[in-house]
Amino acid sequence: MAKRESTFINMVITLLLVTLIAALALGYVYDLTKAPIEAAKLKAQAEAITKVLPEFDRLGDSYKVPAESAGDSLEIFPAYKNDRLVGAAVKTWSKKGFGGMISIMAGIDEKGNFSGYEVLELSETPGLGTKMVTWFKNPDKPKQDIIGKNPKTTKFQVSKDGGDIDAITASTISSRAFLDAMVRAYNSYEKNKNATSGIAGTK
Amino acid sequence: MNQWKNFTKGIIKENPIFVLVLGMCPTLGVTSSAINGLGMGLATTFVLMMSNIVISLVKDVIPEKVRIPSFIVIIAAFVTVVQLTMQAYVPALYKSLGLFIPLIVVNCIVLGRAEAFASKNNIISSAIDGLGIGLGFSFALVLLGSIREILGSGKLFNMTLYSENHVTLLFVLAPGAFIVLGYLIALINRIRKN
Repeated sequence: MAKRESTFINMVITLLLVTLIAALALGYVYDLTKAPIEAAKLKAQAEAITKVLPEFDRLGDSYKVPAESAGDSLEIFPAYKNDRLVGAAVKTWSKKGFGGMISIMAGIDEKGNFSGYEVLELSETPGLGTKMVTWFKNPDKPKQDIIGKNPKTTKFQVSKDGGDIDAITASTISSRAFLDAMVRAYNSYEKNKNATSGIAGTK
Repeated sequence: MNQWKNFTKGIIKENPIFVLVLGMCPTLGVTSSAINGLGMGLATTFVLMMSNIVISLVKDVIPEKVRIPSFIVIIAAFVTVVQLTMQAYVPALYKSLGLFIPLIVVNCIVLGRAEAFASKNNIISSAIDGLGIGLGFSFALVLLGSIREILGSGKLFNMTLYSENHVTLLFVLAPGAFIVLGYLIALINRIRKN
């Protein structure tokens, strides 16, 4: 078969058809994968919440609070055990990462201390900044461990900036961003804690 | 026999990375670990094969002057299919490859094969060519990723081989990618000459 000639009308029709078919096919695939993508996201979030909090048997309704400074709001998931508030998971973020946005699920127990954290999203340097996934929850190295501490009693800054937390070796910027996100989680939660107890009271 | 040659040329004789030196951006970007290299390689293989098939089917009805935009739309469609599927069923891999999946669209290997092969050959040869080149690309990425992962984080496919205290961090970072790739190309050229 000979090639079609490149007349104006031929070109317009071809491009129109190609894009139309591509758009239809993509719409179909999008529809097909929409539910599994949502499910995968929710599952990852639920797993993170379970990992960062002390034992609980029920999650209360999540609610959003404005960040202490400008920026996206934070989502708080209060957790209950036998209908008593035992802590909350706070989905927090920092934009100060070496690779930009970092998203963390932070767990705060009833005493107001961090009970754990899970990094949800990050684009730090592999092998350096990515170490934050485990670096700050190492019970063998109390100077870098943040579990059981809170920004009120511990200075949540890297030691280079005069704080109490040891930064990841060769990744000071990523460490600062991590602490920035954790402090944001803590402050936003503390500020809105009364709302949480209010919900617990009316349950 | 001819088809067999068509298949194997992509893996050794015309390996897109080691011989043609195409598609360097994802090659250097994602190969910080073997599993990332494998995921990227297989995703690209799928796109290559599907776009080669479709392009060889429609090559006669597409006017010469709009072939490139048409090819790009076809390639982009398959890349988006891969992206959505990965996001739905292998979210962990999707997270680590992230930005590089949409970038398959502009991977010059894919467009290169469409232009140089699929737009001139029949559907079976094009499919086999896509598969061969794709597997050659995957092979190169896994090799590069494995070496960088072993030297840079002391692991292979996430299994720890030796303590993290003795790793050479450089190999996980960008310069390490160039160094390892340079040595590999030299080595492969040496082997090919003999």
